[in-house]
Amino acid sequence: MSVSTPQVLRPDRKKNRLLFNVVGLLAFVVMAFPVYWLVISALRPNSEIRSYDQTLWPSSITFDNFQRAINMPNFGTAIQSSLIICVTAVVGAMVLSTIAAFAIGRFRFFGRKAFMMVLLVVQLLPPTAMLIPIYIQLNDLGGLNEYWGVTTIYLVSTLPFATWMIRGFVINIPKELEESAMVDGCSRMGAFWRVIFPLLAPGLAAASIFSLINAWNEYLLAYVVLQDNDKYTLNVWLMNFTTSRGVDYGALMAASTLIAIPVVVFFMIVQKKMASGLTSGAVKG
Amino acid sequence: MSAADIQAADPPATMDQAPEVIGPEPSEGASRRPRKAGALLPYLLIAPAFVAIAAVFVWPLVKTVIMSFQDVGRRELWTGEAAPWVGFDQFTEILGDGEFWDVVVRTIVFMAACVVSTMVIGLGLAMVMQRMSTWARLLLTAALIAAWSMPLLVATSIFRWFADSDYGVLNMVLTEYLGLDFQGHNWFLDSTQGFTIIGGVVVWGAVPFVTITLYAALTQVPKELEEAASLDGAGTGGVFRYVTWPVIKPVFQMVATLSVIWDFNVFGQVFLIRGNKPEPEYALLGLYSFEKAFESNSFSQGAAISLITVLLLSGVAVYYLRQLLKIGEVE
Repeated sequence: MSVSTPQVLRPDRKKNRLLFNVVGLLAFVVMAFPVYWLVISALRPNSEIRSYDQTLWPSSITFDNFQRAINMPNFGTAIQSSLIICVTAVVGAMVLSTIAAFAIGRFRFFGRKAFMMVLLVVQLLPPTAMLIPIYIQLNDLGGLNEYWGVTTIYLVSTLPFATWMIRGFVINIPKELEESAMVDGCSRMGAFWRVIFPLLAPGLAAASIFSLINAWNEYLLAYVVLQDNDKYTLNVWLMNFTTSRGVDYGALMAASTLIAIPVVVFFMIVQKKMASGLTSGAVKG
Repeated sequence: MSAADIQAADPPATMDQAPEVIGPEPSEGASRRPRKAGALLPYLLIAPAFVAIAAVFVWPLVKTVIMSFQDVGRRELWTGEAAPWVGFDQFTEILGDGEFWDVVVRTIVFMAACVVSTMVIGLGLAMVMQRMSTWARLLLTAALIAAWSMPLLVATSIFRWFADSDYGVLNMVLTEYLGLDFQGHNWFLDSTQGFTIIGGVVVWGAVPFVTITLYAALTQVPKELEEAASLDGAGTGGVFRYVTWPVIKPVFQMVATLSVIWDFNVFGQVFLIRGNKPEPEYALLGLYSFEKAFESNSFSQGAAISLITVLLLSGVAVYYLRQLLKIGEVE
């Protein structure tokens, strides 16, 4: 996103630029407002949240909401569940998709096109439409209310896209690099791990953020498959703030802020690589 | 103009030295002779991914088809008893149900409204981004990324609160700053208004992906061509139509197709904004199928509705596949 277009500005362009900046700032306000509201509400005293007279700025700042959120039963186990499920799913998806992407990016073999078709077609299946058979399948296999059931689904649901994306990076790495490593005595797989794998880093970064966001934010499957309070992922646990008597918005926003932090941090770290990964890997293919 | 021109806005170092040659044939074809040694290797490499995908997608899809011709209820599910075959009964029942068609129409209208808004806003913002100062672009990019990384559930809770009748900031702004009477207004009594709020979450969440992707595509349009066209007397519209559009078209189509698929399957936003029990007038296809399956305990009906959804989408899907394969062929 760092591409700027240095050019000599003619006077009329300068005037236009001001107009575009104003439009851009308006868009900034609209896009950023919910984020602002999330953070500011988490820090607002409860009296202001339950007020008929909402103000755009808080009058004072408090950490009560965070305290209420953290003291909610099962916060710790929910973090644990989310971490176990997401880390396993992301790592697994990256391993499987990298080796599959290497295969379809580097080799010509019978069935390659068919496999690529499968990768594309399964991306089109609506996950909600698959929920019922997946539920029944997990029930048959004893995977209901188990971490591995949810983990497997998350892992596989990002697999096609991750493979397609990483493949875009594999084909952009000159074959000669590998070949010269093999001439120097590396085995085929040795050449892959030592030479190709490090160059795939941007692709892996982009694919892993997709995978992480998918798993970290998924709600419905976890809601349906996990049944014990102490197995809930963070997203399912968040529903505790909504009761029949109303929503505890302050605590909900505080908890939401806490949940969003890991994703935002991860996103910030890989964001630059991600922007290139998106376009060069997924779109260009 | 080929889609292969759409390169990263910020490509990894290796790509700089390997600009893609776009010609009628892939230039690397010659170096990819089938190798005798290790002919099994690629199959071993794709095997784990293939097995996993088959288990999680293909088998359930087959199962959906089978179930939709049966009558699976709660009893069959728990006891594992063989479900009776009912032929096309599930389908005739669903297709003969007026409520189902209401849901289909609602889903299509909602999807169309969301996709059009997302694409118009996304393309507009991407074009504005190209023309604004660096500091403004960085600011907007930061907001887009923050919005993008916000979990769906969190975004939905915030929008739900925005629209809260008593404590919502939306009513406050409309009443106090615009002088309209929105005090205590309930946005969800009327489903059209309710869907406006839900559409807001959907579009707000989708705009970052569309904008950033289209912006990257726009950076690939040769500046000289645009300059030349405007020197030759093309207006802004003409430059866009004859120079810019052909370059970004493949990416635009792909993003639009993806949006259609995503917005057709909107589920979480409605489910969560209505507190896990959406009223019937808020049912979209995904929700309708879910309700039939899990609340009416007719898993076969749910499966049949899912299958119809997949079929409805397959028209778009074929289009998407053709686009992706066309792009995939240029290697």
